[in-house]
Amino acid sequence: MNSLSDFVILSAFLLGIGIYGLVTKRNALRLLFAVEIMINAANLNFIAFSQYAPFAAAGATAVNGVGQTFVLFSIALAAAEAAVILAIVVVAYRIHQDVDVSELKSMEG
Amino acid sequence: MMTVTVGGAIVALEAEEIVYGAIGLAGSLFGVASLFFLLDAPYVAVFQVTVYVGAVAVLILFTVMLVRQEKWAKELPTGSLARVSGILTGIAIVAVLSLSVIASNLSAFTEFRNSATFIQIGQLISTDYSPVLEVLALVLAASVVGALTLSRVDREEKR
Repeated sequence: MNSLSDFVILSAFLLGIGIYGLVTKRNALRLLFAVEIMINAANLNFIAFSQYAPFAAAGATAVNGVGQTFVLFSIALAAAEAAVILAIVVVAYRIHQDVDVSELKSMEG
Repeated sequence: MMTVTVGGAIVALEAEEIVYGAIGLAGSLFGVASLFFLLDAPYVAVFQVTVYVGAVAVLILFTVMLVRQEKWAKELPTGSLARVSGILTGIAIVAVLSLSVIASNLSAFTEFRNSATFIQIGQLISTDYSPVLEVLALVLAASVVGALTLSRVDREEKR
């Protein structure tokens, strides 16, 4: 765990697990888990690159906290998204008594 | 820490009981937070712990308990085409990304830059990225209002 490639490979693993979950699962909560895992993979990449990669052209005055700032925004957005998804799941469960996304025919356009 | 992160993610998706899956997700998020500590970004790590492990994981746990039922363990059977193709897709993506990372010179970066201090992050948020902050505040407020509206309308219909 001491070079940039280690963190990027770990992030690739998380992304692969998340995509596997998105493809195979039908439970809405599992889909939410998969999306959260993929968001975390992206955040990990942001932080790893911002901490390791050297400045190229930005000059010495540029602040290197941009990656961390973006991740803070990303975490807040993910929290909002999770709140909305969970509300939708609760409503769908009250209507259908089920959270299987292949059963939610009434949401089809 | 890699084990905790990846293992927690696998448990989150594969645990029979979805409550254990939620706990596994919390463990995976905590592992990512510890990786942020390793990467010399303590502010983001603490933010991750408070928001994800503290708020989102608890929210998910409560929702899981609210919508729990016995019969919904009808996941896809193990040998089915969709499941096998999902596993193959995941493995293919991991393999392609990992091989390209290994083939690149990313492993040459072994030294940290000077990490930004709390003061620098705060200055960035409140000066250069203040429009983002305001839009994000609006989005958060809208999502909270939306979530409340969703559950409230349903309750009135039920009456």
